[in-house]
Amino acid sequence: MTDLAHIRNFSIVAHIDHGKSTLADRLIQSTNTVAERDMKAQLLDSMDIERERGITIKANTVRIDYLADNGETYVLNLIDTPGHVDFAYEVSRSMRAVEGSLLVVDSTQGVEAQTLANVYQAIDANHEIVPVLNKIDLPAADCARVAEQIEDVIGIDASDAIHVSAKTGIGIKETLEAIVHRLPAPTGDENAPLTAMLVDSWYDSYLGVVVLVRIMNGRLKKGDQIKMMQTGARYGVDRIGVFRPSMQTVESLGPGEIGFITASIKQVRDTRVGDTITHEKKGIDTPLPGFKPAQPVVFCGLFPVDSAEFEDLRDAIEKLALNDASFSFEMETSAALGFGFRCGFLGLLHLEVIRDRIEREYDIDLITTAPSVVYHVYMKDGSMIELHNPADMPDLTYVDHLEEPRIKATIMVPDEFLGDILKLCQDRRGIQMDLTYAGARAMVVYDLPLNEVVFDFYDRLKSVTKGYASFDYQLTGYRQDTLVKMQILVNEEPVDALSTMVHRDRAEMRGRAMVEKLKDLIPRHMFKIPIQAAIGGKVIARETLAALRKDVTAKCYGGDVTRKKKLLEKQKAGKKKMRQFGKVDIPQEAFINALKMDN
Amino acid sequence: MADDWENGGFGLYLHWPFCQAKCPYCDFNSHVARSIDQNAWLQAYLAQLQAYATLTPGRVLHSVFFGGGTPSLMNPDIVHAIIAEIRRLWPVANDLEITLEANPSSVEAGRFAGYADAGVNRISMGIQALNDADLHRLGRIHTAAEAMQAFDIARNQFSRVSFDLIYARQNQTLADWQAELAKALDLAVDHLSLYQLTIEDGTAFGERYARGKLHGLPPDDLAADMYQATQDLCGAAGLLGYEVSNHARPGAESRHNRVYWRYGDYIGIGPGAHGRLTLGGQRYATVHWSAPGKWLTAAQTNATEQHRDAIARADQADEFLMMGLRLAEGISPARYAHLAGRPLPEKNLRYLSDIGMVETSHDNIRVTDAGRMVLNGVLKELITG
Ligand SMILES: Nc1nc2c(ncn2[C@@H]2O[C@H](COP(=O)(O)OP(=O)(O)OP(=O)(O)O)[C@@H](O)[C@H]2O)c(=O)[nH]1
Ligand SMILES: C[S@@+](CC[C@H](N)C(=O)[O-])C[C@H]1O[C@@H](n2cnc3c(N)ncnc32)[C@H](O)[C@@H]1O
Ligand code: SF4
Ligand SMILES: [Mg+2]
Repeated sequence: MTDLAHIRNFSIVAHIDHGKSTLADRLIQSTNTVAERDMKAQLLDSMDIERERGITIKANTVRIDYLADNGETYVLNLIDTPGHVDFAYEVSRSMRAVEGSLLVVDSTQGVEAQTLANVYQAIDANHEIVPVLNKIDLPAADCARVAEQIEDVIGIDASDAIHVSAKTGIGIKETLEAIVHRLPAPTGDENAPLTAMLVDSWYDSYLGVVVLVRIMNGRLKKGDQIKMMQTGARYGVDRIGVFRPSMQTVESLGPGEIGFITASIKQVRDTRVGDTITHEKKGIDTPLPGFKPAQPVVFCGLFPVDSAEFEDLRDAIEKLALNDASFSFEMETSAALGFGFRCGFLGLLHLEVIRDRIEREYDIDLITTAPSVVYHVYMKDGSMIELHNPADMPDLTYVDHLEEPRIKATIMVPDEFLGDILKLCQDRRGIQMDLTYAGARAMVVYDLPLNEVVFDFYDRLKSVTKGYASFDYQLTGYRQDTLVKMQILVNEEPVDALSTMVHRDRAEMRGRAMVEKLKDLIPRHMFKIPIQAAIGGKVIARETLAALRKDVTAKCYGGDVTRKKKLLEKQKAGKKKMRQFGKVDIPQEAFINALKMDN
Repeated sequence: MADDWENGGFGLYLHWPFCQAKCPYCDFNSHVARSIDQNAWLQAYLAQLQAYATLTPGRVLHSVFFGGGTPSLMNPDIVHAIIAEIRRLWPVANDLEITLEANPSSVEAGRFAGYADAGVNRISMGIQALNDADLHRLGRIHTAAEAMQAFDIARNQFSRVSFDLIYARQNQTLADWQAELAKALDLAVDHLSLYQLTIEDGTAFGERYARGKLHGLPPDDLAADMYQATQDLCGAAGLLGYEVSNHARPGAESRHNRVYWRYGDYIGIGPGAHGRLTLGGQRYATVHWSAPGKWLTAAQTNATEQHRDAIARADQADEFLMMGLRLAEGISPARYAHLAGRPLPEKNLRYLSDIGMVETSHDNIRVTDAGRMVLNGVLKELITG
């Protein structure tokens, strides 16, 4: 049991790749939280996808004990957060559970778009902020310039920013001392009724549903009867513990503490992030404010390649949805693809991560249909339909007009690439709202349609600026525009899973890009295949995929028929990764990749 | 009722697993050995012949094939002894075809007269290319001139001579191949096997290819053009493409390979040899141990077969289809239906015929020239499951 004065709770926030997880490594290591032999780089990035892509996707909590210079031991709960814009929701949620933030800024890069976004969120959450200038071991580090930039652009005092190399360990001691002395202790009353914030929950294959909680008031013990205030669900607590970072059970959690509980929770929907947990008896009446729910902005259909795996897919999706409150789903059927789910995501990376996880962790091959944002379709009778799937676009004779989501995009870019960025935004129907300079870096703010941004804008941005630009966005609202549904016809037959909404003026360009892309993505068949883009029956772009010229085994090995048969079986297995539309096999990855434009 | 194999005939394949050098593209069961006890091999082959003869008494043999490896490394007297034993053990057709695969070096050509004396009446020579630079790149140890000399000797000794060429080689242009093939056709042969170079796993080329170090292979379209040119040039010279890679003047087709393609029965003897054998109404697939040492030892106790598996009728139907559609003459749908217990999938067949890949009549299904180029795709449509 720890008194409040000896607890510090904080999140580590930064732009992508500025070194949050590496800093977490050093904090964990220098306090001997993990045995030396179990240490590895970005220890907290434990998912395969995180390790492969080298990024954090899921926020992670660790409790460490720190013996400070004043001779006293403190309990530090750190939350390492993701930096990519798609996972901003993880950051905002994590911030609600703690009182302070370490704002990590790469001293070779300076303030980037997510640095700003994170600071605003931290200020919103009333956090004490400690700036940390990282990567000072690198020759390109320029702490003075970056500190100045923090003061100019963000407007917070950076005179006592800590100079750190998370890689070599410089400044770690100073960071730990700053956490103890500059961040506030939590407040709370042990004797008040239990008030606990449900910060996160996920499915563990051994323990079932695990719930991450932050205790505000009162004490939570093993065996307690609790209720979730929003959902009304009631449970007995089986297990209480903390992350170090492996799970370690404890007897109870008191005010200011962060830990997990398990309670034989069966229903996924019973644990809603942002909910308040209290005791069933003598609980509180008014829940905590809760979190602003995450708004999925990209939707697509997920269908099993093998339709017999629909139930397995349902199971996988339900479990993943529990790990990830920002992902939504509902059942969908399609004439060509059978049963599947229409799912909502925070961005394309988020979509790809969920899809990869289903494929790997649950071993289900998926068809992902062309992603779409949500349009508002205003009907002539005055009603409005939220269109998540272009295939559901109502008959135009009943439609009055359409609105599409717009965003405010903030882009930070070195001066020399500014021209490329302005062109990119212009090409994507952007309206410039602001342009300011901080040293040699420009900060541009654009009003852009979300559908021009969501699929490949980030990739394009990185490639035209050699990785030097950064980008953040927020949804601002809906605006009317001339949007049309573009269909793709493969071998003269419309493929719903490839339908998209496009701006009328950009339709030819988009259509041409898509059919060209599809020509590369679809393998050659025994016959030639016309691939067309059409609007309301009028073809606006066309390509022809030439017929497969040759596919025959040249040699005959004596009488070894078996060998030939094996070859054929191998080819057939490859075919299973595709879905048939009429007589055409379309590979599973084609539906997303067709939307990515190369230039 | 007659067994199915009788529609295809009865042949015997004998595998000689040794070569002078291993070619970098080759994934046949061939080995380079320092010394070979030819007599021991002879004894093993003889014992095997006797064992199979007791299983197939009275069957009329249509063809014998000495394949490899490089059977032209066999001493003519052991070839003689084997052929004599075969003639003793089985009744043979009047026009029994006895083919021997030969490499075109001068040493081997010196043995041709001996093979002819032994009863070999057809030679299939692995010439592969008609210029030294390409022969060298294919890892061949003979020159083009040597090959031509060997070819002349063969023609004096045997009434039927065929040779193999490999095309779609590194840096080969369409014009190169057309010129080379024209030269081959000028030699007035009546049978040619023309194989597109295939990069096989487990070969030196396969290894180089995987490392991205095998340059200059023709792209698919060029390879397809070469295939088409091959059909055109051979056709114009009167050598019809009776099978995917085989061309012959009518009547000069290889009877032996036709037994495979018509899905007859064949005994396979020797390391790694495959056979199809109907015994007591059931068709079996036989596979011999492939390591030469292992096989030779096993032959002493007549335990050469690594596998002998009964083939389900549906699988026989698939095999029949896979082999039969390689032939220009096509297959009998009734024979397929009899094996499979159901006819070919009507819808898929109609579709293939609509797009011009197959031609059907009530008693024949054959792939068109276009269909043969994409035979694997055609088979995928027709082989269900
Ligand atoms: N040279 C040097 N490299 C560092 C330092 N800190 C982190 N890195 C490297 O920077 C890269 C990104 O580090 P991470 O710790 O994964 O960054 P992150 O902020 O957690 O990234 P996201 O979670 O994806 O937002 C890795 O290659 C680290 O090795 C440092 O102090 N010096
Ligand atoms: C059993 S092999 C060899 C016969 C003989 N040992 C020789 O090399 O001349 C029969 C034929 O298959 C062809 N062949 C072997 N490997 C090949 C490959 N990888 N690609 C194309 N043809 C091949 C060659 O034309 C060869 O002559
Ligand atoms: S191609 Fe012929 S000579 Fe060359 S290794 Fe293969 S079997 Fe032997
Ligand atoms: Mg990280």
